Amino acid sequence: MKERKNIKKLLNIGAICFAIVLLYIFNQVFNSFQMRIFNLCGIYVILALSLNLINGFVGLFSLGHAGFMAVGAYTCALLTMSPDMKAMNFFLEPIAPWLENINLPFGSALIVSGLMAAIAGALIGAPVLRLKDDYLAIATLGFGEIIRVIFTNTQSITNGSLGLKGLAKIGWFNASSESIWWIWGIVILTIVFMVRLIGSSYGRAFKAIREDEIAAEAMGINLFKHKMMAFVIGAFLAGIGGALLGHLIGTIDPLMFRFLLTFNIVLIVVLGGTGSITGSVISAVIVTVAMEALRVLDGNIEIGGYMIQGIPGMRMVVFSLLLMIVILYYQRGLMGTNEFSWDILIKRFKPSKH
Amino acid sequence: MSIFKTDNITMRFGGLTAVSNLNINIEENEIVGLIGPNGAGKTTCFNMITGVYTATEGKIHFKDVDITNEKTHNITKLGIARTFQNIRLFKDLTVLDNVVIANHMRLNSNIVSAVIRTPSYIKKEKYIHEKSINLLKSVGLEDLKDEKASSLPYGKQRRLEIARALATDPKLLILDEPAAGMNPQESLELMGFIKEIRKNHKLSILMIEHHMQVVMGVCERMYVLDYGVLIAEGNPSEIQNNPKVIEAYLGVD
Repeated sequence: MKERKNIKKLLNIGAICFAIVLLYIFNQVFNSFQMRIFNLCGIYVILALSLNLINGFVGLFSLGHAGFMAVGAYTCALLTMSPDMKAMNFFLEPIAPWLENINLPFGSALIVSGLMAAIAGALIGAPVLRLKDDYLAIATLGFGEIIRVIFTNTQSITNGSLGLKGLAKIGWFNASSESIWWIWGIVILTIVFMVRLIGSSYGRAFKAIREDEIAAEAMGINLFKHKMMAFVIGAFLAGIGGALLGHLIGTIDPLMFRFLLTFNIVLIVVLGGTGSITGSVISAVIVTVAMEALRVLDGNIEIGGYMIQGIPGMRMVVFSLLLMIVILYYQRGLMGTNEFSWDILIKRFKPSKH
Repeated sequence: MSIFKTDNITMRFGGLTAVSNLNINIEENEIVGLIGPNGAGKTTCFNMITGVYTATEGKIHFKDVDITNEKTHNITKLGIARTFQNIRLFKDLTVLDNVVIANHMRLNSNIVSAVIRTPSYIKKEKYIHEKSINLLKSVGLEDLKDEKASSLPYGKQRRLEIARALATDPKLLILDEPAAGMNPQESLELMGFIKEIRKNHKLSILMIEHHMQVVMGVCERMYVLDYGVLIAEGNPSEIQNNPKVIEAYLGVD
């Protein structure tokens, strides 16, 4: 028993080392397009995990994720942007004076943006988490939209619908080769955090709430406190994800954070399996890559000398079809509530003793 | 010594009085039954005790603490645990996890030390696992500890639900129709099981039950409710011969 625990610990450390080597190699061989997709995968992993914590593990059907991402993205963008750049962006109405000269390094700005999103999560969660199921979904969806509308109308703080352009590159040195380390470093941290959280007593309490709220409460679990905890942690991670997304793309505007963005993340979570960390990671990578790989469908396709005129948006049709097939045949997503574990691998390589 | 007392509790839903002026008293180490025809207000009474409803009038005292307006999870923490009429297990989780979860509120830890896995947290986690396994051993479910709760046969699910309630270290255990849906053999086992629990865990039990054989066999004292009003109180033989009770159950010409 103890021996196996040590083996697993070694395997975990080995896997992280392997991941770091892999990241180093990817950083050398990927061209800038591949790199961007790969980084996007990482961001979607963070976002999917944060939503899965709320939707999959605690069973709160929340659809306000785009709102938290917007809070994170704007906070980070405004904190890291140089005063000159701010002056260039805010040409319709000057920026609020208290924001004008703030210029933080990327790391601390990222943490602040996560905290701001967490505060937004707490403010929204306090009234909304008393609701259940569909009502909660509608209320969170509404709040997500409210955040977006506020950002559209606070011209002197967010530059309104013009958005912010020329966001600094991810990292401290303004070099593109740095972003992979930031993004995937945070991905690894997030995965480790989630695995430990879900494996702890709090994780079990979250699952209990998902399974049966009434019974969980009768077992002495403070429903509101635990729901709030998950909601705020989820919002924090969403804020970080949103900030990274903004800085990866380099420009943000309120329209980017429409309901469609939340929908994309919900789709990843459902595909991977609500309540599975492994599922979210795998499905985030598959969906992000597939979105790009299916782009050929939008252009003209030649089959056997016959030319099919390209229809823009065709890939989304095919993508939806694939989704329907998955949902029809794997109702619980790719992984259900199962997780990857070393035990399965160890068993496979070691013939059983009895 | 009295451990639990209700003082004229009344529950009204709009114009309907579901329970009126109910006085229940439970001594330490006592098994008390609460019976009555369907719709008599038994489950409403349970819901008031466990904080699902707040009594419209009257007070509920447990160990000399007023719990009338207390929240459900705090009442559990004070030492009242319950099971449900229609089994409410955490279906997708393992048998062991079902029991371990009941220890969460007594963990006295915070989320940060749980994620970092501080030595004190690891120690606590180990302790509640050992405690849970011992509890499962004592109720005869240890060999099923890694099964999903929903895969257990009906009788064992009932048993697990009682074990889960016991894991919260209650002083008063409230059972809502524990024998519902059981065959005579299982009911008989349940009677033995309930008595055993009382002996091993030194607690009082309040149970709703329709199965007369079980109630009469286990309870030392019982209360009879009809249309929300207490119509009789006493030991099994007194209740069996009480004309009011016979009238409530069988009706009169």
